[in-house]
Amino acid sequence: MEETSVQPAHVHAPPEGFIRKHVFSLDHKVIGKQYYGLALVAVFMGMTLSWLMRFHLVWPTAKVPGLDLLSPAGAPGGIITPEYYLSLLTMHGTLMVFFVLTNAPFAGFGNYFLPIQIGAEDMAFPRFNMMSFWATLAAFLVLVLAFFIPDGPPISGWTAYAPLSAVGKDAGPGLGWGQSLWAISIAVFCIGQLLGSLNFIATTLDLRAKGMTFMRMPICTWAWFITSCIALLAFAVLLPACLLLLLDRMAGTSFFIPSGLVVSDRLQNHAGGSPLLWQHLFWFFGHPEVYIAILPAVGIVSHVLITSMRKPMLSAKVLIYSMLSIGFLSWMVWGHHMFVSGMNPFSSLLFSFPTLTITIPATIITLIWLGSLYGANIQITSASLFALGFVSMFVSGGVSGFFLAQPSIDIYLHATYFVVGHFHMVMGVAAIFGILSGTYFWFPKMSGRMMNETLGKLHFWITFVGTYCIFMPFHYLGIVGNIRRYSSFVNDFMAPLMPLHKFVSIAAFVTGAAQFIFLYNLIHSRFRGKPAPDNPWNATSLEWSIPSPPPWDNFGGKHPVIYHDPYQYGVKGSKGDFVMQDSPEQLASG
Amino acid sequence: MGKLFAIILTIIALASAYPIVVHKYVQPVDISTHGHAIDEQLSDTMAEAGFAFLGAQLLLAFFVWKFSNRKDGSKVTHLPGGAKLMVATAFILVGTEVLALGVLGQKAWADVYFTPPKPDALQVQAQAGQFAFYFRYPGADGKFAPLHPDKIDEGNGNYFGLDPANDVDARDDIVTGELAIPINREIHLLMHAKDVGHSFYVRELRIQQDFVPGLDLSLHFTATQPGRYEIVCTQLCGLGHYNMKAYLNVLSQEDFDKWLKEKATEQ
Amino acid sequence: MRMKQAYLAGLTMLVASVIATYAAPGGGTISGKVTYEGTPAKPKPIDMSKEPSCAKQHATPVMTETVVTGPNNSLENVVVYVSAGAPDENAPSQPVRFDQKGCQYIPHVLAFQVNQTLEIANDDQTSHNIHPLPKINREWNKSQPPGTPPMTDKYDKPEFIPVKCNIHPWMHGNFAVLKNSHYAVTQGEGSFTLANLPPGKYTITAWHESYGDQTQDVTISGSEAKTVNFVFKAKPY
Repeated sequence: MEETSVQPAHVHAPPEGFIRKHVFSLDHKVIGKQYYGLALVAVFMGMTLSWLMRFHLVWPTAKVPGLDLLSPAGAPGGIITPEYYLSLLTMHGTLMVFFVLTNAPFAGFGNYFLPIQIGAEDMAFPRFNMMSFWATLAAFLVLVLAFFIPDGPPISGWTAYAPLSAVGKDAGPGLGWGQSLWAISIAVFCIGQLLGSLNFIATTLDLRAKGMTFMRMPICTWAWFITSCIALLAFAVLLPACLLLLLDRMAGTSFFIPSGLVVSDRLQNHAGGSPLLWQHLFWFFGHPEVYIAILPAVGIVSHVLITSMRKPMLSAKVLIYSMLSIGFLSWMVWGHHMFVSGMNPFSSLLFSFPTLTITIPATIITLIWLGSLYGANIQITSASLFALGFVSMFVSGGVSGFFLAQPSIDIYLHATYFVVGHFHMVMGVAAIFGILSGTYFWFPKMSGRMMNETLGKLHFWITFVGTYCIFMPFHYLGIVGNIRRYSSFVNDFMAPLMPLHKFVSIAAFVTGAAQFIFLYNLIHSRFRGKPAPDNPWNATSLEWSIPSPPPWDNFGGKHPVIYHDPYQYGVKGSKGDFVMQDSPEQLASG
Repeated sequence: MGKLFAIILTIIALASAYPIVVHKYVQPVDISTHGHAIDEQLSDTMAEAGFAFLGAQLLLAFFVWKFSNRKDGSKVTHLPGGAKLMVATAFILVGTEVLALGVLGQKAWADVYFTPPKPDALQVQAQAGQFAFYFRYPGADGKFAPLHPDKIDEGNGNYFGLDPANDVDARDDIVTGELAIPINREIHLLMHAKDVGHSFYVRELRIQQDFVPGLDLSLHFTATQPGRYEIVCTQLCGLGHYNMKAYLNVLSQEDFDKWLKEKATEQ
Repeated sequence: MRMKQAYLAGLTMLVASVIATYAAPGGGTISGKVTYEGTPAKPKPIDMSKEPSCAKQHATPVMTETVVTGPNNSLENVVVYVSAGAPDENAPSQPVRFDQKGCQYIPHVLAFQVNQTLEIANDDQTSHNIHPLPKINREWNKSQPPGTPPMTDKYDKPEFIPVKCNIHPWMHGNFAVLKNSHYAVTQGEGSFTLANLPPGKYTITAWHESYGDQTQDVTISGSEAKTVNFVFKAKPY
């Protein structure tokens, strides 16, 4: 498909009234901001939970003032109980993976910028789009409700393994209504994501402007498109898995529960189910999910780096094919979460090979970035610092994957802090850096104002150093055999590791506090920031050809025409430094 | 500020590598027969990972140092070799190395999972249940009596649900809270989950395996050094997961026999 | 005038004698012994090695308490109580205490009244998790980290409730939630005394966590003392 057909006059009329403009909006830009705002609330909530966890691990007998008011059973006298710790852990993971990492870089920025970057007035299905946000918000509210029920939130981790999550409240506090609310919330979240992904795919396929061939789409557009293809298939598996879990919990079925289980002195009335079935279903979704979390950030960072470097990548096509390979391979590796799960050990070996193979496209992407930095003229801004930080974090997180991809090593490292270090580096830090880079980059476009660069850089330095201080030690702890998901460390071999844990906790408090610099900057700049020009970064993709902030229909009724790829930055021999994508001007090819 | 980034990144990269290089945080002593292959695999991977980590971080630092906020008039250029060189490097340097590790690592995996237990291995059953491990030895008749979940009475010491009133085989089964084993003898550990998923992990034995309710799983291993080691649960199983552990006592054959006799009288 | 005085005096004597009869300290008493016949299962030592802070509190291992016997075939931890014939009573204001010490429940069987405040204390260095398993009362399951104040709760229906600690599987106990104040839990010699019983027909029940319950009917008139014994059949397994 070289070009799309001319866009039909399909879009909605300009929105009237506060509710239509800002609440129940069909405008992809408003919806994108709503997703982002939800992610912002979720990330500060998730961060607070992690503070409580880090506090309890190093000071287990200390009181948290006021916590006994929120949960008299969970924190009597302000001291966190084992089950409350696990509920904090479960909600931290759930909020961060679903409501932050799937929301902000994908649903947030993707919604806002994908239509603009391909020259469209809005998404293909604006009503589905609006419904997808409201479903996501409903899912969030159902999840948060679990904090306020008497028995508290679930304690089975964001992975909710059966039978612990399936047999009901006999298995422990939080596993009654808390777990059911979790399953309902995630099921509704899936529906939101499915609607959103459909939209992204249809929009990308059908609504590209004249001249906007696939290979002329910006790298981040490609990332959102690939991510939405993955998401459509992945969430389509998680949704029925959650429904089966709810049936086991409420309708007496036994998809995941075998017979003969005695939980809290009670023989469970189930038979015939398989706990491993839950793990297969969950991880078949769960592994592609982590690529859903990282690929948009890969796209955003590539996009920001190019503008900052004032030169294109060595090959955008190679980057795009690498992202496609990762998307493809991501379906074949889910068993690496289950090497010692009791599944056939031959399967474990089989799963390890595509897992190791994914290293190749990931390395290609990293080397393209590094190689493109050679000869560049990197403009250091908050956005580009976070993008460069992302590259560093992606390497750190990726390299620990070498270990975990091998079943023999996983025998020793499985369920230790090494795993926690690995996934926090790639998801908890790298993906967040992608979101932050995108925020500093696109804030002027979205709000018409500039963020404060000094505060942005300060935010970067504390966060960059701080996150290394928090998560690099996790790898060392894992090598010694520090087990994860423990609410307290009572093992004999843990005592010598407590000073390192204290260091990590303090780093977590400091780094977390620095995020308030960002929050302040965001809110203050929204109202008091310097007015932003249309193209403050001298960038080339279509979003920079329209006003800051854009009008409701993006291009003011005009239909942009595309003349070349989006990364026409001056390379050796050219006259100008950059050419916009919708400009017929040509640069000497580099 | 690009130069500051390069300096700080270099410090971070070197500081991260330092504890590994000086072996400050290491696995405990390996007391198993199969563990050396795992440890070797771990250290080979560490070397490769270290090379990739330091290489990439220092290259990133160097490029940012050299190519950021350059003088006006500097021309941007492309790396000679371009994307092709990067792709080739990825395949050859990283891809083949990593896949080689995978191929070489198969043996360590096979030693644990693809070799059957020896016919004269000592059979012990381990039961994992919220939040303790209990162990059962078959007793003089060499047979494990059947389990009856409805007969479990933990307050009375019947953790497994044995029915000695009706099952004669159950009368000599020996149930203990510690896993004592004789040194240098292969142990065939039969794994039974009472309620939810759990896992068996002994760092020093370099062994880890989930207990799955409904599945008959087992492990086999041989301990080569005497001592007292912790068995910990590594599969989140509820509020007491952090406190779910038991001790593995590796004894001489003589001490083990004495211990087992003593435990038999306590049943 | 004299008629009135005589009438008043007579009334006063009548009232006084009624009061004397019903308020007399002592009233009737039912006492006796609970014993077993047959061979009880022998108690087993409890392995607390997974909790070193508790294991070291016991010089010799603690034994299981499901069946505790005393001299002369006495049976301990039997709750003997008036199950019928006495009115329901309001709970006394003072609480009863259930201690977790050395990873054991003290006492093993705690008897108290409906709506009486139950105070549960953790005297150990480890967290305990109290999980009473009622069938008709409200079920709850809470952890108690070391250093937290005693938790309080109450039950509003009479019931025998097994109690377990989820973290330490060997810890088992029982709550006996009763309707009135006429109860006793047998100890060493297996004896019990139910005092201050007004005249009437009573049903006395003896409950043991493993051997079930038995009842006997007793009639009290005036301040007599009656003896009632219970014999449970013990089983070796």
